[in-house]
Amino acid sequence: MTPSLLLVVVVAMSVVAFWVGKGRSIAIVGGTRGIRQLHSLPGHYGLLTALWCGLPALLVIGLWLAFQDGLLLRLVSSHLPPEIRALPAAEFGLFVNDVRNVIAGNLPPAQVSPATAAAAAEYLELRRVARLALTGLVLAMGVVAALVVRGRIHPELRARNSVEIILEGLLFLCSLIAVLTTVGIILSVVFEASRFFGVVPVGEFLFGTRWSPQMAIRADQVGSSGAFGAVPLFAGTLLISAVAMVVAVPVGLFSAIYLAEYAPQRVRRLVKPLLEVLAGVPTVVYGFFAVVTVGPALRAWGEALGLDVAGESALAAGLVMGIMIIPFVSSLADDMITAVPQSLRDGAYALGATRSETIKQVVLRAALPGIVGGVLLAISRAIGETMIVVMAAGLAANLTANPLEAVTTVTVQIVTLLVGDQEFDSPKTLAAFALGLVLFVATLVLNVVALYVVRRYREQYD
Amino acid sequence: MSSTTDPAAAASGQRTAAETQAIVERSLRRRYRAEKRFQAYGIAAVLAGVLFVVFLFGSIFSQGASVFRQSYLRLQVFYDPAVIDPAGTRLADDLATADYQALVRESLRKRFPDVEGRAALRKLYAVASGAAAVELQQRVAADPTLIGRSERVWVLADDAVDMLLKGETRRDSAEEERRLTDEQVAWIDALAADGSLALRFNRAFFGNGDSRDPEQAGVRGALFGSFLTLLITLLLSFPIGVAAAVYLEEFAPRNRLTDVIEVNINNLAAVPSIVFGLLGLAVFIAYFGLPRSAPLVGGLVLTLLTLPTIIIASRAALKAVPPSIREAAFGMGASRLQTVAHHVLPLAMPGMLTGAIIGMARALGESAPLLMIGMVAFIVDVPKGVLDPSTALPVQVFLWSDLPERGFVERTSGAIIVLLLFLLVMNATAVVLRNRFEKRW
Repeated sequence: MTPSLLLVVVVAMSVVAFWVGKGRSIAIVGGTRGIRQLHSLPGHYGLLTALWCGLPALLVIGLWLAFQDGLLLRLVSSHLPPEIRALPAAEFGLFVNDVRNVIAGNLPPAQVSPATAAAAAEYLELRRVARLALTGLVLAMGVVAALVVRGRIHPELRARNSVEIILEGLLFLCSLIAVLTTVGIILSVVFEASRFFGVVPVGEFLFGTRWSPQMAIRADQVGSSGAFGAVPLFAGTLLISAVAMVVAVPVGLFSAIYLAEYAPQRVRRLVKPLLEVLAGVPTVVYGFFAVVTVGPALRAWGEALGLDVAGESALAAGLVMGIMIIPFVSSLADDMITAVPQSLRDGAYALGATRSETIKQVVLRAALPGIVGGVLLAISRAIGETMIVVMAAGLAANLTANPLEAVTTVTVQIVTLLVGDQEFDSPKTLAAFALGLVLFVATLVLNVVALYVVRRYREQYD
Repeated sequence: MSSTTDPAAAASGQRTAAETQAIVERSLRRRYRAEKRFQAYGIAAVLAGVLFVVFLFGSIFSQGASVFRQSYLRLQVFYDPAVIDPAGTRLADDLATADYQALVRESLRKRFPDVEGRAALRKLYAVASGAAAVELQQRVAADPTLIGRSERVWVLADDAVDMLLKGETRRDSAEEERRLTDEQVAWIDALAADGSLALRFNRAFFGNGDSRDPEQAGVRGALFGSFLTLLITLLLSFPIGVAAAVYLEEFAPRNRLTDVIEVNINNLAAVPSIVFGLLGLAVFIAYFGLPRSAPLVGGLVLTLLTLPTIIIASRAALKAVPPSIREAAFGMGASRLQTVAHHVLPLAMPGMLTGAIIGMARALGESAPLLMIGMVAFIVDVPKGVLDPSTALPVQVFLWSDLPERGFVERTSGAIIVLLLFLLVMNATAVVLRNRFEKRW
């Protein structure tokens, strides 16, 4: 049986177990009239039976699905002829890739070498046997568990309490997934990055000023040793983020101030959602906008002014990224400004301050921690933004502070290094994980600092 | 401000009342000017924001609106048995492999009998799209009795023709600057004059997968890929997100572990999406050996990406249910789980659904993590299952935006319009849901 069919069978088995358990509990007290003698409702007995029948089986299937492929491949490769096992890692990877393609049916076995075909056939045979064993194990487990629980049903069995403990455990496991995700991110990124740092020293990566990850398809190829100094990428990222902030912070902040303090209700109700539309637009749309509209327009204006604007200038990417971040800044600032109590404003007015003086000297100061936190979050958003820069920024790593030139960013390089069919183990792809690690750490630090600023300096008014 | 009639101030020779008055008035003028300026900054910022919105949408719609109509060519086609099925077998395989291009060429030759010479004929044939032959083949496959008969068929015209008809290629430009020669333009005008060449509803855009020819490229494959990916995402992230929110809000004891979980969720919500792509690549593809480019992997990655959003929204919905509801249920002897399942969850459900839809909308627009797991390949076929290689709508936008043909700019904008329409529908549903079912306690 295929695993997906097995899943359906297990679910069906659990449904049957539910009715068996429920019926048994009713029968044991002599029909529906005796239900009052039961500790729990009949449904709870049914649920208990179903959970015991289904959960362990599902767990086994899940483990199997997660580890079958690695396990079977290892078994198959341990049976391979010695000359193939002696292949260098890269060529062995290609061999395994071919085997996989045959297994998936993308390559007819007739088109590959006999060793590949044999390995694929062995894999399929092993999988067939393993699936049979899995089916037998899962069905047996389910039936036995259901029967055992059924046998233990009696009026004093605290079925509801047991069911609730199990379900609460399941809920807890679901909430753990967020932690597992973080652990997964850290482990995968750190692990691959550490392999990269085994080839390229950390210092060279963090402080080197030349970035040219060469296309190294074979290890013995000329020019396969690229330069992995990431400073130009960091500088490019910061340059584009800075341009974005120059656009987003004033526009976002001032529109929040205007909408919160000056605008009549009618205008606010109309304009606020309109600005928030910008937050819902997919970033790929901004990228297209930057490439097709903003980039050429800036170039034309630059020519008119006698400036040389690159086609993929940092200015275009930053400008459009700034537009994307406007609603982020403005809605955060809006929240912070409206959270400042009216009594503070009234106090300022009573001292004779004008509205703008009140805003500048009272409201903004009270809201400052929140606004600073918001801007930090916006910066972290700008650093991690991918699609706009992939489409609108350059690929060449220039170390420059001139926003009219093309620069590249960390995210652009991650995408260019990883998109396409590459060897998973080359320094080139591993470099992407090292960049990912830097990105993850940078955004994490910004977020933590932002939250700290907000918490530490927030005034409590109530 | 001191009183202007203060004798002490006058005596000490500091200022006269009139002087003070003047100073105050000057400062007041200055302060009111500053006030006006400040307000003007605010208005300018709001206008700038609104202008950006108008400009963004205006540029997309003006470039993409034309994609919904496409140039079609009406041909009088004779389904010549000698070409389609010379052996007379009528076998599906023979019918499928026949040279339908020849029928298209024959039909064009008949329409313009005075065109002669190889080069000229090749130019004439270029007016029809390569898809024309496919169209004829499909018609014959659907109805083999067509063989031996003659029929008028609307087939796709070449994208260069389409650009001319839509006015994207200027007629008055020099011949070398456009893809059509003056001769071809003359034929096109002749065809258009008798109604044989016209803009009609663009079936290909909604019915086809990706293609290298702009006139044949469509969003169907990407739409299905997005649909499958989102289906996986919804099926996984909604139950898990709700369960996690219920645990954290209703069951969790306050201890180190739950604190860690909470901090974690908030941090995950701010991790760049591309990092989730790296996770997907390293864990799901490299470690667990799931296939590249598959909607299943895309759905798993987007699940992890949207979980924090859904958990946070669901917790807010649970928090909004007043404690009195829980207390009443406890008072009736319900257990904690019964209270939550029977009373709290149904009341919080609209809020949770709203959060889920917003999370799904975000997932629909997400493309960076999908690039990482290989959903960027050029895939012509429409995916049929969650393990088939496929792409997604925003990734299709990314792929097309890179192509040089003018026809693809229009397609890209068209795909964006389709994407934005879906987002609009999803967000509108969320708003309606919130307004109709949200209770104020």
